[in-house]
Amino acid sequence: MRLRVNLVMGGALFALAVGAAVLAPLIATHHPFLDANLMNSELPPGSEYLLGTDKQGRDIYSRIVWGAQISLMVGVVSQLINTVIGTMLGLTGGYWGGKWDDFVSGLTNLMLSIPSLIFALAIIAVLGRGLMSLLIALGLTNWSFTCRIARASALSLKSQGYVQAAKTLGYSDMRIMLTQLLPNMVGPIIVIGTLGMGGAILAEAALSFLGLGVQPPWPSWGSMLSDARDAIITGQVWIPLFPGLAIFFTVLGLNLLGDGLRDVLDPQSKVRSA
Amino acid sequence: MNVGAPLLEVVDLRIDLADAGLRHAAVEGVSFSIPRGETFGLVGESGCGKSITALAVMGLLRPPLAIGAGRILLEGREIQALPQSGLKRLRGRRIAMIFQEPMTALNPLSSVGRQIAEMFVLHEGAGWRQAQDKAVEALRMVRVPSPERRAKDYPHQLSGGMRQRVMIAIALACRPALLVADEPTTALDVTVQSEIIDLMQELCAEKGTAILMISHDLGLVARMCRRVAVMYAGRLVEERAAHDVFRAPSHPYTQGLVASMPRLGARAAHGRNRLQEIKGVVPSIAAYPPGCRFHPRCGSASDVCRKVPPEQTGIEGGGTVCCYHHA
Repeated sequence: MRLRVNLVMGGALFALAVGAAVLAPLIATHHPFLDANLMNSELPPGSEYLLGTDKQGRDIYSRIVWGAQISLMVGVVSQLINTVIGTMLGLTGGYWGGKWDDFVSGLTNLMLSIPSLIFALAIIAVLGRGLMSLLIALGLTNWSFTCRIARASALSLKSQGYVQAAKTLGYSDMRIMLTQLLPNMVGPIIVIGTLGMGGAILAEAALSFLGLGVQPPWPSWGSMLSDARDAIITGQVWIPLFPGLAIFFTVLGLNLLGDGLRDVLDPQSKVRSA
Repeated sequence: MNVGAPLLEVVDLRIDLADAGLRHAAVEGVSFSIPRGETFGLVGESGCGKSITALAVMGLLRPPLAIGAGRILLEGREIQALPQSGLKRLRGRRIAMIFQEPMTALNPLSSVGRQIAEMFVLHEGAGWRQAQDKAVEALRMVRVPSPERRAKDYPHQLSGGMRQRVMIAIALACRPALLVADEPTTALDVTVQSEIIDLMQELCAEKGTAILMISHDLGLVARMCRRVAVMYAGRLVEERAAHDVFRAPSHPYTQGLVASMPRLGARAAHGRNRLQEIKGVVPSIAAYPPGCRFHPRCGSASDVCRKVPPEQTGIEGGGTVCCYHHA
């Protein structure tokens, strides 16, 4: 099979972010906040502080590496919740149809009509700040796309011959959904899930920027950007630049990865390679 | 359970098609019965209602189609009266189905061995390991070469004939009493067709499985079936022993069908220049004519045919026909 540029590049960027998160304790040169030293505040990138320091004199490189843990965890976990909710609702709605489908479709449209960030804000307002409520808030607000995809796939798949055949062979609804429908719709769901992960990382950044995400002193890329607001004006460009680049490249990587997966999982290309 | 009772009995079946508030009878007054182990043919043109009759037998009609009247009895039990769970227990175990398109009737993402094995797990409570072994046996039974290796193949790696063999293996896995075969060979080429038919008959005879053979291939039905029912526009027009139907068709429609079968060398013998046809087209479900539904295309139609639908009448040598002017 032809090597796909977007798949390889996206995979590499994502692997870089995951690698940084996993190896954070080993590759960080400083502690993300305990090594703060106001004497070294706002130093430009150099040999001691690879990417410079922030206002409190914390090493930006170390904070980005540690922040990768939180940003990626938020991205992966919240998108996992979204995928599970969306797939379950879409699959059952599309397969069973009727009143339940009307309900699912209505709920999906409702979710699509509410800006998800505002909804997440509301959930955090109810649950209180913190990592847990951030995960829940982002996990409950972004499943509508997955749900639509799953529902559309279920609708088209349920008229397929093998699904009809499974019915004549006495399969239960659950068994049909799990063994006949789900494996055949997993491709697009993975693609949407990967793309959504990038969105979730951005949403985490936005919420942290507003001070509603991960609580200081633990770093997340969004909160680092948020802390660097003043530096944007006063000219210490490196303070917002590097966390911004980390977000940029990770989300870019996830989008490329999602794109690449879409190409690979496309049934047409599968037929060609088979 | 009544021992003398036929395996499947369909009594005065009507299937309604709901269409924007109107109800059309897509199938009406259909009655037939299939004894244990016998092969019964249901023939007719596309759209005459044979496939939905089969679906009704499976208990699988979905809106807008629904059973409007009549009874379907499998081994003396009325199918409509069963709850969904009871129907599911029946399907695959007592009654199974083979479809026209072996290309689409198998799950593309699952190996064929697994798909056969699933039947044993589902209906016989076998463990997966044991079910896999039985699946290989089942593949051997339908004469798939090197079944151990084939069991690991995915449907796209198999030819159409092989896939239909796999379908037969799945359908017969749990020794059902009735196999509904909805045009099982239409999508296959001719040489493979006869292999598949022979295989199906042989295996069913071995297991004592009756076959409801749905087809528009008269030659196939003549070869396979003991009894044949001919359907036209949602009604049975003739139901007799297969031999009689083809030797001396009684209903004008059947006569037309039999006359339109191409025969090797027939041109020379009968001095015909072209293949016989039945004039006209099948009426649409929404516009079935009153009286006998065949009368607009029938050469011997009279006034009564245009007004009153004919009743089933018995004919010599057993069987029934629905015609005022039957031969």
